[in-house]
Amino acid sequence: MTLTLRALLGATVSLTLAGATMAETTITVATVNNGDMIRMQGLMDDFYAKNPDIKVEWVTLEENVLRQRVTTDIATKGGQFDVLTIGTYEVPIWGKQGWLVSLNDLPAEYDVDDLLPAIRGGLTVDGELFAAPFYGESSMVMYRKDLMEAAGLTMPDAPTWDEIKTAAAAMTDKSAEQYGICLRGKAGWGENMAFLTAMSNSYGARWFDENWKPQFDSEAWKATLTDYLALMNDYGPPGAANNGFNENLSLFQQGKCGMWIDATVAASFVTNPTDSSVADKVGFALAPDTGKGKRGNWLWAWSLGIPAGTQKVDAAKAFVAWATSKEYLEVVAAKEGWANVPPGTRASLYANPEYQKVPFAQMTLDSINSANPNEPTVDPVPYVGVQFVAIPEFQGLGTAVGQQFSAALAGTMTAEAALAAAQTLVTTEMTRSGYIK
Amino acid sequence: MARKASNTRKAVVTIAAWSIGFLIFFPILWIIILGFKSEGDAIKTPLQVLFSSWTLDSYYDVQARSNYARHFWNSVILSVGSTVLALAIAIPAAWSMAFVPGKRTKDLLMWMLSTKMMPAVGVLVPMYLLFRDFGLLDSRIGLVGVLTLINLPIVVWMLYTYFKEIPGEILEAARMDGASLKSEILYVLTPMAVPGIASTMLLNIILAWNEAFWTLQLTTSQAAPLTQFIASYSSPEGLFYAKLSAASTMAIAPILILGWFSQKQLVRGLTFGAVK
Amino acid sequence: MATAHSRTAARLMLSPAVILLLLWMIVPLGMTLYFSFLRYNLLMPGMETFVGFENYYYFVNQPAFWSALSNTLILVLGVLCITVVGGILLALLLDQPFWGQGIVRVLVIAPFFVMPTVSALVWKNMFMNPVNGMFAHMAKSLGLQPFDFLSHAPLASIILIVAWQWLPFATLILLTALQSLDREQQEAAEMDGAGWLPRFVYLTVPHLTRSITVVILIQTIFLLSVFAEILVTTNGGPGTASTNLTYLVYAQSLLNYDVGGGSAGGIIAVILANIVAIFLMRMIGKNLEA
Repeated sequence: MTLTLRALLGATVSLTLAGATMAETTITVATVNNGDMIRMQGLMDDFYAKNPDIKVEWVTLEENVLRQRVTTDIATKGGQFDVLTIGTYEVPIWGKQGWLVSLNDLPAEYDVDDLLPAIRGGLTVDGELFAAPFYGESSMVMYRKDLMEAAGLTMPDAPTWDEIKTAAAAMTDKSAEQYGICLRGKAGWGENMAFLTAMSNSYGARWFDENWKPQFDSEAWKATLTDYLALMNDYGPPGAANNGFNENLSLFQQGKCGMWIDATVAASFVTNPTDSSVADKVGFALAPDTGKGKRGNWLWAWSLGIPAGTQKVDAAKAFVAWATSKEYLEVVAAKEGWANVPPGTRASLYANPEYQKVPFAQMTLDSINSANPNEPTVDPVPYVGVQFVAIPEFQGLGTAVGQQFSAALAGTMTAEAALAAAQTLVTTEMTRSGYIK
Repeated sequence: MARKASNTRKAVVTIAAWSIGFLIFFPILWIIILGFKSEGDAIKTPLQVLFSSWTLDSYYDVQARSNYARHFWNSVILSVGSTVLALAIAIPAAWSMAFVPGKRTKDLLMWMLSTKMMPAVGVLVPMYLLFRDFGLLDSRIGLVGVLTLINLPIVVWMLYTYFKEIPGEILEAARMDGASLKSEILYVLTPMAVPGIASTMLLNIILAWNEAFWTLQLTTSQAAPLTQFIASYSSPEGLFYAKLSAASTMAIAPILILGWFSQKQLVRGLTFGAVK
Repeated sequence: MATAHSRTAARLMLSPAVILLLLWMIVPLGMTLYFSFLRYNLLMPGMETFVGFENYYYFVNQPAFWSALSNTLILVLGVLCITVVGGILLALLLDQPFWGQGIVRVLVIAPFFVMPTVSALVWKNMFMNPVNGMFAHMAKSLGLQPFDFLSHAPLASIILIVAWQWLPFATLILLTALQSLDREQQEAAEMDGAGWLPRFVYLTVPHLTRSITVVILIQTIFLLSVFAEILVTTNGGPGTASTNLTYLVYAQSLLNYDVGGGSAGGIIAVILANIVAIFLMRMIGKNLEA
C-alpha cells in the first residue's frame, strides 16, 4: 500500500466518521450468471473506492431461476433484493405496476441521453426510466467466411431469407457433420420463441391484431414456420429441438455450423480464440428480411432496476449508476480490453475509435438500431416488444406455443397442427384473461 | 480343486461387479474429469477430452467468484440441523407407534407419508407469503424447519420399522427392573437401535443436502446452501461445462466422502424392518 | 399389556410429530385451496376475484392435462420397473464374494449423492446430445446414425436419468435384505439338489418381498414429484411429450404466474397422489405387516 493511498484511506475513514449517519449499507444485488455480470463482480474495487460506505452482496443465479425468484419476491413484496437484474420484458410490466423506483433523477454526469434510443425506449414507461441498461443486444447472422468462400458465395451485409437458404444449402455437408445453419429449437418464450417471433416479424406476421385476436392462423405465420422447419430439417444439426443459445454456441465454436442467427453478444464468444476453433473465420451480417420493411432481429437489454419498497434506495441508485456508467466501460476496457466491455447501451461507446476496431461493434450497433420495440411488426399491433409481447400472460403463452413449434421441429407434429394448436391455446388464455371480449 | 473353482468364480464376479460399478459411476467420474479441463476442451469428443491438458483454472475461477465456504457451512448446518431436529421429534413418535400401537397407527403412518406427496411448486406462493410474514426469508431457522418437516415422515417411518424389530421382552424386562420411560428409551432402546438411527440420519442428511427447490426459493444470500452455488454455474450464456463440473465436484465431494466412510453403516441400517 | 399410563405417554410422544405435520399440511394446503378458487395472477396483485371452480375447469380441460397424467404414471412405473429389476440383479451380484466390495459399493451408491439438476445437465449435454454426446460418438464409431434421445424418446430418456439416480437406493436396500438371507437354508436347499432358479424363486424372492415393497413405496413418493430433471432436459417437450403433473403445475404457477390455476393443479395433484397412496396400500400394504 502506498503512502498516498494510506492517506487517502485515512481521509475517507475520518470523513466517514465525521458524518454520523454514514453507517455502512449492505445492498443485495440479484443478477444473472452471464459473463458480463460475472466480470463486474471482479471489478468491484472501483466501486468500493468511490463508495466506501456501501457493501454489495451478490446473488448470482441462472437466468430461469433468477427470473422466477425475483418475480416471486417483488410480486409478494418479500423485500429480499435491493437491485434486480431484469430484462426489457419485465420493465414495462413492472413499471406500470409501480413496482420499480424511477431513475429519472440520476445525476447529470450519468448522461442519460447517451443511452441508445431503442434501448432506452424499451425501459421507459410514460416518460419514467425504470431500469438502467447494463448491456444490450440484438440478433444477427454469424457466418463462416471460409465456408462461404469455398462455396463461391458472398454474404451481403443485409441478406434476405432466400439468400440465407441458398447459403445454408451450399455449406451443408452432413456426412462431415457440417450443418449449414444452426437455430434455436428448444421450447421457451426466451428460447425458440424469441427467434421465431423475431423471424415472423420479418415475414409480416404478428402475435395479435389490434383487437388482441391471435394471428397464428395467418398465411404469414404459416410461411414463417414452414420456412423455419424446412431450413432446420434440410440443413440443421440433429437434435435441434433441444438446442438453445448454449447448445448452438458450442456447435458453432466447434466449427459445425455454417451460420448461426442469434444474440449479438455471441459475437465475443465465437471470436474468442481460447474457446472457439473458428475465432478468425467469423463474419457478421444483419438478421435477414423478406423485403417487407422489418428484419428478423430482436432487442433485449439486461438492466438494473430497484424494487419499490427497498429501504436502501440511495445506495442502490449509486450502484446502478456506477454499473451502467461510461466510467465503468473504461474500467473494464482498462482491465480486460475493449472487446469485453458490456455492449449495446451507450452511443459514446460506438463513437469511441478504440471500440470501433472491435470486429462486431458496427454490426451490433446497426442491429440494435434497426429494432423498434414500439413498432415491431409490419401491420399495427396493440403491444410493445419485438420478440415478446409485454403483457404478464406472455411468459406462459410464449412457452406453450414454443412447445408446439418445438414438437413440429422434432417431427412429432405437422406445421399446420402446431399452428392450429397455438391458435387454440392462445385464444383460450386471452379470452380467459379478458383481452378478447 | 474346489478352492480353485471358487477363485475363478470370484474373479468372474469381481470383473462383472467392477465393470458395472464403473459404468454406473462413469457420469460422476466424467464430471470430475471435466472439472480439470479448460472450457474449450470440455466440449470436445471424449477422447480429445481425455488427452487434452489438465488445468485447475475452473477451480480458481469458482473460488474467486463464489463464497464456497459460506455455502458449504450453510449446507452442513441445514442438513445436520434438520436431521437432528427430525430425529428428536421422530424418535418418541416412532417409539410410541412401535410399542403402544393403536388401531389407527398404520393409517397415521400412511397419512404422514402422504404429506410428502404435496407438489412443492404448487404451494410456493403460500409458503413465500408465510415466510415473509414471519420474517423467515433467507434465514437458516426457517429452512431447517421446512427441511425437517419435509423429511419427517420418512424418518418416522424408518425408525418405526427398526423399533418394531426390537423384541418387546427386553423392554418388559427393563420395565420390571423399574426403568422409567425416559431411561427405557435412552438407555435400552436407543443403543439397540443405533444402526437404524445412524442410517436414518445418513439418508436424511443426503436428502436434505440435495434438496434443491425450497433451499433455492427461500434463501437469498445469508442462508443459501450449495444448491444455490450450483445454480450460479448452470447454463449461463457461453461455455460452462468445466466450471459447472468443478462446482459440482465441490458440491458433491463432501457428501460422497461422508458416504464413503459410512457406507457400511448405511447398508447395515437400511433394512426397513425387512430383516428378521 | 400396555398400561393406561404408557398409553397416555405414547400419545404425548406422538403428538409433536402429528401436530407439526398436520400444521405443515393444513396451513400451506389450506392457503393453496383458498387460492385455487381465486383468479390470482402474481403479476397483477390486488385484482383477485372469487371464481369458484373455474381454475379447476381450465386446468383439467387443457389438452396437456391428460397426457401429463399418463406421463406421470409411465414415469413412475418405468423407473420402478428398472430400479426394482436392476436393483435385484445388482444386489445379487454384489452379494457374491469378490475383491474390492467396499469400493464397488461406493461406486454404485454414488449417483444417489448427486443433485438432480447436476445429473440432468450431465446426462443431457455430455451423454444424450446427438452431436457431442458420448452416445452419439459411440454410434458414429460403429457407423450408425446417432439417435436423438431427447427429441424422439424424451420420456424414456428422462426415465433413464431418474432410474440412474434411484437405482443405488433400490440396490442398497435389496442388498441389505439379501445379506440377511438364511445361508443354511440356502445350502440345505442346494444339498437337496434344488437348482439356482427354484432357489431364487422359492427362497430369495419371498425374502425380498418386504424390501421391494419399501423400495416401491418410498420411490413412488419421490417419483410422483420428479421435476428438476424435466426442467433441465426437455422443458416438458417436445410438445407435451415429457410433461408430468408436477411440471404442469410449475408451468401454470411459475411460468404463467397464474397462482390460482397453479393452486388448483396442486390440489388436483395432492388428490391424485393420495389415490395412488391408497391404491399402493391396498396392493402391497399387507407386506408391511410386521
